[in-house]
Amino acid sequence: MTDFPNGTRTLSVGTLTRVEGEGALHVTLSNGALDSVELNIYEPPRFFEAFLRGRSYTEPPDLTSRVCGICPVAYIVSASNAIEDACGVTLDPALVELRRLLYCGEWIHSHTLHIYLLHAPDFLGYPDGISMVRDQREAVERGLALKKAGNRLMEFLGGRAIHPVNVRLGGFYSVPTRRDMDALAEELRRALDDALATVQWVSTFDFPDVEVDHELLALTQPHRYPIENGMIARSRGPVFGVSEFCDHVTESQVPHSTALHATLDGRRHLTGPLARYSLNSPLLSPIAREAAIAVGLGAECRNPFRSIVVRAVEVVYALEEALRIIDGYERPSRPFVDVPARAGVGHGVSEAPRGLLYHRYEIGDDGLVKSATIIPPTSQNQGAIECDLADLVTGHLDLDDDELTTLCEKLIRSYDPCISCSAHFLDLTVTRK
Amino acid sequence: MAQPTLAVWKFASCDGCQLTLLDCEDELLTIAAEVEIATFAEASSAMVGGPYDVSLVEGSITTSHDEQRIREIREQSKILVAIGACATAGGIQALRNFADVAEFASVVYAKPEYIDTLAMSTPASAHVTVDYELRGCPIDRGQLLDTLAALLIGRKPRLPAATVCTECKRSGVTCIAVAEGIPCLGPVTHAGCGALCPKHHRGCYGCFGPAATPNMTALIPLLRRDGLSEGAVDRVFTTFNATQFAAERGTP
Repeated sequence: MTDFPNGTRTLSVGTLTRVEGEGALHVTLSNGALDSVELNIYEPPRFFEAFLRGRSYTEPPDLTSRVCGICPVAYIVSASNAIEDACGVTLDPALVELRRLLYCGEWIHSHTLHIYLLHAPDFLGYPDGISMVRDQREAVERGLALKKAGNRLMEFLGGRAIHPVNVRLGGFYSVPTRRDMDALAEELRRALDDALATVQWVSTFDFPDVEVDHELLALTQPHRYPIENGMIARSRGPVFGVSEFCDHVTESQVPHSTALHATLDGRRHLTGPLARYSLNSPLLSPIAREAAIAVGLGAECRNPFRSIVVRAVEVVYALEEALRIIDGYERPSRPFVDVPARAGVGHGVSEAPRGLLYHRYEIGDDGLVKSATIIPPTSQNQGAIECDLADLVTGHLDLDDDELTTLCEKLIRSYDPCISCSAHFLDLTVTRK
Repeated sequence: MAQPTLAVWKFASCDGCQLTLLDCEDELLTIAAEVEIATFAEASSAMVGGPYDVSLVEGSITTSHDEQRIREIREQSKILVAIGACATAGGIQALRNFADVAEFASVVYAKPEYIDTLAMSTPASAHVTVDYELRGCPIDRGQLLDTLAALLIGRKPRLPAATVCTECKRSGVTCIAVAEGIPCLGPVTHAGCGALCPKHHRGCYGCFGPAATPNMTALIPLLRRDGLSEGAVDRVFTTFNATQFAAERGTP
């Protein structure tokens, strides 16, 4: 604790670590009460929505994948969904299944990266996943093997794990043979055991007792857990269609952040694993549901610290789902559907590992993009994260500055904020006055 | 003997190239046993001060603060390796270099005056001496591993200055441009990916940037022959390595 002559206390974390991108947090306390919490994202702006104007309607999937190296498939799929919507093209069901399969790879790799290398060290008291090797070698090796299975799936179908090359509007450049799929299935079956062990492992961590009451927002799909598309479900209102997204979710700018803040009908909301699970848990596959029940997850989970358990369950789901798709795979008659240019507006959504990702494109008569809007999960979650931090600080004013800072960082990491994703755009300081 | 120290730095980027290090699942623990990972904010809360034996720099320089930071990192690093198209060419965010950045900011932000950014997105080499460059959007995992191994044992990294076209021929892939008339940047693009796109029945789209002496004047008519419009030819060279391809074409 740092005491100042005028009664001010200041806590400071220069750079938030184990998050993707760059950010800081500023907490101000006066006379022992909370003044303000500002999540400050200083990731420099990269102006995607501006430079997309004038590009060919075929380019946004490749160009916007560069928003985020951790979830490029999410960008490729949301962009493709939006442009295919604008052009009035529907994909062959077999190609939708392949797109979902590729997306399963991204969920497995991204969630496992977060669980083992970014989040678990907080619960076990290590600075990083690699130093856990000293005492937890078996767990770290299991995590790396599981992560590799996700990457392997992405390389197999997408050509490479980071910024896949084998995807295009309407489908893929080339599609695998049935026999290639069989070899992949063997690897994924072994990974399923590691995924189930992961659920068990993370469920033994010590979770602070926190419940958040934000409205939840996630996709919903008939008869299956949402991944590559869907309608939009919310916890306090009816389901709505993708084209109405901007009527409900609006972005505004705050001075302390290069990321825009999005709200749902003017109020803060939460998207991501907690929202997705709470709105869709009955649709999990049998083994994933059984794993969730076995570690005490109810139909809903509103404790951000327990999101690590939800992510682990979603990894089990993604593997089961991948195996289901592979099991029913027959090589599609064509690798892609033609998507001829058509003037108009299209909307696209998908469930990135970190939550709902929305794209909107307006395409002109010349087949060029007239305007583009991207609303990533982290910009939607900023309001909720700041609110939860305020509650957490208020409830733990007795902690000294170091302890309070550590607790805040843990909470932020539990949201797995992807700051480079905040396309438009975390350090921690706490000022006590 | 003390372990060599490795630092990983981020500037404007998507995090994909530093993720490539964490994607070395089979080798990561071996690397961590051989080197001290002193600073790697995306992966660790432990931050050890310099000097560092090797610094990997991801991302492009887009703020005045970052102009200062890259100089400080250079001073603290024996060997500085720029990783990926952002750090070697300015990245996709260098499309602003051909536009009015204030207009760009006004399109994305309601209050552009809150945004602190430079008019140009520039590679590390525009600011400091860079010892090695790993090309690509993203970099190739094999090249990263070979470079780290080379620097660890004190040899020069193997970063062949061939073209994707050469890699493709060596892999025995049927030429998609010759056989099917698919527009392909392989003949002018820097090697390193292993000809991934042609192997997937797609023309190379230049994500490793121009090769050392690219014959642009020979390739461009072939791209037109294979169906690219004038605008499409301009666009295909104006992506992740836009500034470098523009220099090779002699366009501003």
